[in-house]
Amino acid sequence: MENQFFVDSEFLSPGALAKKHQLENDPASRKNHMEYLPGMEIIKSDVCESVMSHVNSYEPGKYAASDVKAALEHDTCTIEDFKALLSPAAENFLEQMAQRARLETSKHFGNTVYLFTPLYIANYCENYCVYCGFNCYNHIQRMKLSMEQIEHEMKIIADSGMEEILILTGESRTKSSVEYIGEACKLARKYFRMVGLEIYPVNTDEYKYLHECGADYVTVFQETYDTVRYEQLHLFGHKRVWPYRFDSQERALMGGMRGVAFSALLGLSDFRKDALASALHVYYLQRKYPYAEMSLSCPRLRPIINNEKINPLDVHEKQLCQVLCAYRIFLPFVGITVSSRESAEFRNGIVKIAATKVSAGVSTGIGDHESKYTGKESSDAQGDEQFEISDSRSLEKMYSDISEEGLQPVLNDYLYV
Amino acid sequence: MNEDKLKIGGHEFNSRFILGSGKYSMKLIEAAIKYAGAEIITLAVRRANTKENENILDYIPKGITLLPNTSGARNADEAVRIARLAKALGCGDFVKIEIMRDSKYLLPDNYETIKATEILANEGFVVMPYMYPDLNVARDLVNAGAATIMPLASPIGSNKGLATKDFIQILIDEIDLPIIVDAGIGRPSQACEAMEMGAAAIMSNTALATAGNLPAMAEAFKNAIEAGRKAYLAGLGRVLTRGASASDPLTGFLRD
Repeated sequence: MENQFFVDSEFLSPGALAKKHQLENDPASRKNHMEYLPGMEIIKSDVCESVMSHVNSYEPGKYAASDVKAALEHDTCTIEDFKALLSPAAENFLEQMAQRARLETSKHFGNTVYLFTPLYIANYCENYCVYCGFNCYNHIQRMKLSMEQIEHEMKIIADSGMEEILILTGESRTKSSVEYIGEACKLARKYFRMVGLEIYPVNTDEYKYLHECGADYVTVFQETYDTVRYEQLHLFGHKRVWPYRFDSQERALMGGMRGVAFSALLGLSDFRKDALASALHVYYLQRKYPYAEMSLSCPRLRPIINNEKINPLDVHEKQLCQVLCAYRIFLPFVGITVSSRESAEFRNGIVKIAATKVSAGVSTGIGDHESKYTGKESSDAQGDEQFEISDSRSLEKMYSDISEEGLQPVLNDYLYV
Repeated sequence: MNEDKLKIGGHEFNSRFILGSGKYSMKLIEAAIKYAGAEIITLAVRRANTKENENILDYIPKGITLLPNTSGARNADEAVRIARLAKALGCGDFVKIEIMRDSKYLLPDNYETIKATEILANEGFVVMPYMYPDLNVARDLVNAGAATIMPLASPIGSNKGLATKDFIQILIDEIDLPIIVDAGIGRPSQACEAMEMGAAAIMSNTALATAGNLPAMAEAFKNAIEAGRKAYLAGLGRVLTRGASASDPLTGFLRD
């Protein structure tokens, strides 16, 4: 079973539709996804090779129960142990993995759970990524907030008590320029203690500029580390260039960011290999930049506007939990974020085991915080959402739910220095 | 014995147990302080809330000395800025310097710690530097104006106990400032052992935070630390590493 990603819109012109179909059906019409485009900075790094040599030789099926048991008995988790913990053989040891993961989480993070909220400021996109609601061929309500609108949204979010914000855009340099994002960061610094970015990958000097504007944390999802599959899913646009995306976190650190976040979108390809790659991406970059703070996310595919049927295929909650436990055992020191793509029940459970950060008061649409937070209908236009969320709890509700579980919610753990 | 006070930068304390506050629920802080008998509690400046939501300061009883730490700082410059911010926030003159250039093991950067200590001591702070136990560094910290030396027992959060025992003993033997063992102490027995060695105090967070019953564990630590201190002051009996102490010594026949 595979996802059916290709959806035609009646709103596309015949020319656009023809181009879309050509991209979908004729691989030769697509640009080389491993080749940098003009303006894309190339950095000298051996991280990618280190990661991919493991990923390419990884055979999840070759690990046995004895390998998993041995991995769980070891004091520290080697790469080989981690591979065993990600394997199908480890599925029978999920409870033991969870117990071990909980111990590691408590040693490094105690019972704290960090809270943040995303703020989408624009949903224009110049890429055709077939699974994404923002893709350029998907007919949705597009919007880019003005600085006044951004400040309005930020005030509403800040009033709810939130101290950390993650600013997101669709991937369009022309509609959402680096300067536009930089100005949004400056505004965010007025209202929040910690400003993160999840935007299109940029060059080192641009990350430096954004850091100077107040951003301190950069999240870039690789989506899938399987380059062949990546090519089949990202058919058009800057995002199609796989290696430039891979080096994003390293460029961000070179640009002075305090921390970086990583993820594969589970369900796009072999999730075990993608999980291995994501964690090794952290592992090798941490060795090179030991002072950097790092975190992992673990999103699964979700339905989007105009395609309700998109799903994470074989990555059920059990598999997701296995991946998260394996992440925690292999990388006890990293933050693990679980987004509102997952249900309230799953998030309540996983914060007791491995996750250290959850979003609350989430909207993946544009300019709709007022209506979502206050119930007041906004007269302004709104932009459509990137994907359907599953857990819509407010900050207040999330705070009390987490507290009731015996955990300590934390609104900020950073100082911009 | 009643006059046995912990002296740090001109301040005196009866308790030799410094509590961390970062890894457990704020609602437990008051109970932890009570059962630990603690008079000093650390506070991560980077986590201090600026808004009305739960503020950790509201949970710390009056009369308890705040020890703001500079966690999150990656170099001396950042640590100095965080320390000044703590003072501006009204956290007092004490500061625990924590400078980490490693996000994996969170091992302290001794070199940058010396630099920050010198700057902050000159500004009038009571500086308590967290460090990797190295005698030369400890001497430099003394010269830089530190009020105590806080060597780690093992990696922070590890609960692995006195992995650096021999090197902490060297600091205790050679440095005139109070040596406060910080990080890695996982059990009351380990805290007791460090105190028997002559450590001036113990700082602990994870061992309590990961315990099944936090207040009970706080009390267990308190008792262990007091026992270790008394044993140290009483003067421990000798330990023979081999054999026994013969009542008829082999050399008893020697006449002159």
